[in-house]
Amino acid sequence: MADPTNDAMTDAMNGTLDRTRAADYPLRRREVVAALLADRGDMLVVAGLGAPVWDCTAVADHPLNFPLWGAMGGAAVMGLGLAMAQPDRRVLVITGDGEMLMGLGALSTIGAQRPDNLAIVVCDNERYGETGMQLTHTAGSLDLPAMALAAGFESAAGISSDNEFKAALPAIRSAHGPAFWCIKIRAENSPIGAMPPKDGVTLKDRFRAALLGAA
Amino acid sequence: MELMEPTEPIEPIEINWTEAIFSVLREWRVRQVAYVPDAGHSELIRRCDGAAGMRLVPLTTEEEGIALLAGAWLGGQRGVLLMQSSGVGNCINMLSLARVCRFPLLTLVTMRGQWGEFNPWQVPMGQLTPKVLEAADNLVFSVDDPGRMGQTMAAAARMVFEGPAQAAVLIGQSVIGAKSFGK
Repeated sequence: MADPTNDAMTDAMNGTLDRTRAADYPLRRREVVAALLADRGDMLVVAGLGAPVWDCTAVADHPLNFPLWGAMGGAAVMGLGLAMAQPDRRVLVITGDGEMLMGLGALSTIGAQRPDNLAIVVCDNERYGETGMQLTHTAGSLDLPAMALAAGFESAAGISSDNEFKAALPAIRSAHGPAFWCIKIRAENSPIGAMPPKDGVTLKDRFRAALLGAA
Repeated sequence: MELMEPTEPIEPIEINWTEAIFSVLREWRVRQVAYVPDAGHSELIRRCDGAAGMRLVPLTTEEEGIALLAGAWLGGQRGVLLMQSSGVGNCINMLSLARVCRFPLLTLVTMRGQWGEFNPWQVPMGQLTPKVLEAADNLVFSVDDPGRMGQTMAAAARMVFEGPAQAAVLIGQSVIGAKSFGK
């Protein structure tokens, strides 16, 4: 006999979060990030903790990537500090929904500074992908672009189809910032594949050498 | 007879310690001044506001400042992070970023719950502040005599920016003045 309490208990644990919809999202994280980083020019990239680090490194281990092996919640505001220090360079933060949610205050801090050259892309699979695919708040009605707009971003939009993504790509590269995109991607585990260096001093020194020249 | 608590504030010694801090920040060409405000920092924040080449960055929580200033350094700018002692507890995990990558991090902490505190809710974090920072491998400089502020700031800034190192200057309540209720 089926246990009548099981479904009710699961619903109670998950609240209004949707457990299934993200499995069918058409956009795939590796293809999205590969397109974001194709012909990147002199763009500076911060990759948030977790799968965005593997996605960026799968494209190329680039000295002007700063992959975060920790510092959860810090990617967007790290991009802010970098964007203000380098106002003539495009700064792109690529992070995940769980990482962004841990530092939502960063949206307000960025909205208050309004750097023209900062773009933030959240690859949103509605999951904590590194810890067993538990649902995040974005599996419910939470609307990250609305939050970014309310915080003072110049523009913010959600993307859920390939057509929308292709149409947005030029703006992600060059629109006036601060600009924010939340790209709904399929909930799936990609193989980690290539990893960037783990040593933080190496990552910092090679980034500064590539950007600023020899120390 | 009604028992009254003494309400006179404990006044600080009059010396312009804020200017001593500001001139060290100038010498090191600090560009990004990130803060969660505290009454003890209010004069320094006013001093930095509009100073040529300095940009004030108000934060929603203190750990944002550690990531912000890491980004600033990647882009070639120095920064400073201002907070109250209660904010140090918010920073613990993010301090790993500065430590593992050896980002220079200069934090100025105005103390509460340390000396003549009227609000017992400030005491636990105030007493934990130096222990927590030391546990996170920050260098800790305590200033309880405003006449030592300039020297201490200069020493801390040199170790931070030439190290690089992570260091906190704890500005004691004897410097700021321990406020009493309503003051």
